Amino acid sequence: MSTPARPPGNFEITVDGEPVPARRGQSLAAALFASGRASWRRTRGDGRPRGLFCGIGVCFDCLATVNGIPNVRVCLAEAQPGDTIHTQEGTGHDARGC
Amino acid sequence: MHADAEGAGLPTSVDPEPGPEVTVDVAVIGAGPAGLAAAVTAAGAGCTVALVDSGARPGGQFFRQPAPDLAFSPGITRPRHRGHRAFRALTAALSRANHRDDGRVTELFQHHVWHVATDPTNTERAVTLHAAVGEPPRRRRVVHARCLVLATGAYDRTLPFPGWDLPGVLTAGGAQSLIKAQDTPPGHNVVVAGTGPFLLPVAAGLARAGCRVPAVVEASAARVSGPRMAKSVVGAGAHLGTKLVEAAGYAAALARNRIPVYTGHAVVAAHGADRVHAVTLAPVDRDWHPRMDRSWRLPCDTLAVGYGFTPQLELPISLGCTIRTDTDGNLVVSVDADQRTSVPGVMAAGESTGVAGAETALAEGTIAGRVAAGHCGAGAPSRSHETALRRLRAHRSRLHRFAAALHAAYPVPDGRHAPPGWSTWLTEDTIVCRCEDVPLSLLRIAATELGATDARTAKLLARPGMGWCQGRMCGWATTCLTAGLSGQAPTTVELTGTARRPLARPIPLHLLAESTPPSHEGTSDDA
Repeated sequence: MSTPARPPGNFEITVDGEPVPARRGQSLAAALFASGRASWRRTRGDGRPRGLFCGIGVCFDCLATVNGIPNVRVCLAEAQPGDTIHTQEGTGHDARGC
Repeated sequence: MHADAEGAGLPTSVDPEPGPEVTVDVAVIGAGPAGLAAAVTAAGAGCTVALVDSGARPGGQFFRQPAPDLAFSPGITRPRHRGHRAFRALTAALSRANHRDDGRVTELFQHHVWHVATDPTNTERAVTLHAAVGEPPRRRRVVHARCLVLATGAYDRTLPFPGWDLPGVLTAGGAQSLIKAQDTPPGHNVVVAGTGPFLLPVAAGLARAGCRVPAVVEASAARVSGPRMAKSVVGAGAHLGTKLVEAAGYAAALARNRIPVYTGHAVVAAHGADRVHAVTLAPVDRDWHPRMDRSWRLPCDTLAVGYGFTPQLELPISLGCTIRTDTDGNLVVSVDADQRTSVPGVMAAGESTGVAGAETALAEGTIAGRVAAGHCGAGAPSRSHETALRRLRAHRSRLHRFAAALHAAYPVPDGRHAPPGWSTWLTEDTIVCRCEDVPLSLLRIAATELGATDARTAKLLARPGMGWCQGRMCGWATTCLTAGLSGQAPTTVELTGTARRPLARPIPLHLLAESTPPSHEGTSDDA
C-alpha cells in the first residue's frame, strides 16, 4: 500500500537490500512510510509487527538497524544518501544485518 | 559569564562547535515555546544560556519545523503553524543573541538529556546536565549551569484498545509531525480519533495533505462553543475569541472536505494483520462505556489517535521536584507564581507544569527566563521589571482558566470515581504495554491473584512499563487500570511510580562509562 503520489526522492537508501527513495531533510521513518512500509520491526516477546507510533522519539516503537547499529529510532534519524536499513527482530542484537 | 565554546572571537558567521563540557548561567531543557521564551529572555537580561533539545532544530512539538532543505511536493505549501510570528520573533532573538552578543546562547540540538544532578554547595555549577548527542548516540556532552529551566513539554496521551499496536495506528501528534515536518502523509484513508481540540487541526492538516479522512471521532460529547464552556471561560478575554475563531476555521475546513465528526463516540478496536484495515466505532457514555449494540466498522488504512497530552516529567521527578495531579488527571510539576519548583534553582515552564497550550508556555517561559536571570544576578529588579512580571502572571492566570475549561470539556475518565469505561474496551489479550507485549490478562493476574494494588507492584510482577519507553506510553493507563482492578482510585504517588525513570533515556553503556567519573579532558572526538 503506498501513500499519495509524491515526486521521486533526491537520493536512495536501501531497506533490506531494496532501493528506496528518500528526500533531503526527511526522516528515515518518513522515507519508509512514503515507500508504503508501515512496519519494520517485530517485538522480542510475541514477534508482533511494529512501525511508527508516536513519531517524536518517545515510544521506541520505530526501532530499526541503521548502518549496522541496532535500535535506532528512525523517526529521529534524518536520511543520508546510502543509508542501509535492516528491519529488526527482537532486541536487534541477534543478527546484526550488516 | 561565557560559554566555554572555543573560538568565541571568531567572525559572527561561524558557529563554533562547543566543547564536551559547557558552562553557562542558565541551562534550558526543551526548545519548544516555553524553552525558547526562557532562553531568549534570560539571554536578553545578559545571561549565558545553553538551550538543549533532543530535536534537530528549535520549535518543539507545537512549532515543529521541517528541515530547511526539505523540498515540499508541488501543490503543498510549507506549513505555517499558528503562532508563526511569535516563533519567528523568538528565533530571530536567538540568532541575535548568538551572533551579535558573542555566542551568548549555546544551542545544543539532538542532545538527549539522560540525567540531571544538582549541587547546592556549588553556585557556579549548581546544576549539571548529562546528554547523549545524536540518534544513534555518537558522543556525550555535559552542561554546567547556575540554574535550570525545565521546559520538557508533553506528548500524546494514549489509551490501550484491541489492535492499538497494529502498524498504521499512530498518535495524532505523530500523524501531524509527518505532515508538518516531513511532507509525508501517513496513509490514504485516515480516521482521526480520541479527545480534545487538537483532533481538529490534525484532521484538517491530513485533508490538506491529500488524505481522505472518513471520520473524526471525539469521545467527549462536549463542544467548545457550548454554554458550559462559555460560562467557564469568562475572563479568558481576547484569547477565547482567538480560540473560537480558530476552532471555527477548522470546523469550516472539515465541512469543506465533508469530514463527519462523531462526538460522544470512540474507536474501540482496530482490525488488521500487518496493518490496520478497519476500526470499530461505538457511541460512549459519560464514563466512556461503549454501546456495542450500536457499534459499526469503518474501513481505513491509518488511525491517528490521541487523548490529550502527557507531560514529560522524568527529569523533574528525578530531581525531586514536588509533583501534583492536575485537573486532567496528569502528573505535573508544582510551581509558584515565579515558575519556581520546590528544588532551589530549578524553574519549570510550559506543558510540564500543566497542559495549557503554546501561548501559556510562551508566558511561562518568559517568566521563568526573567526569574532565572534574577537568580544569576542579571536583570536587576526594577519597577518596570516587576510590572512586566505582574502582567505576565495575570495573562498566564487567564490562559490557565481557559485550559481548565478545556480539561473540563474534554475529560478522560481516570477511574477516580469508578473504573473508567474505556477499560471495558479491552479484551483479555489486548496489549497494555507495547514494549513488553504485556496483555491485560497478565495485569489482571498481578492485581487480582498476586495482590498488586498499585501500578509499581504490577510493573514488577507483569512487566508493564519495563521496556524501551520506560512506561511513557502505557504508564498513565496502566496505573488507572491497576487501580481499577483493585477497586481503588489512582493517586499521585501511584502515577509517579510509573513515571520515575532514573535514566531519562536509554543510553549506550560506553557513554555511561565515559561519564563517571567526570572527565576534565573530555573525549577526543568532541573537538
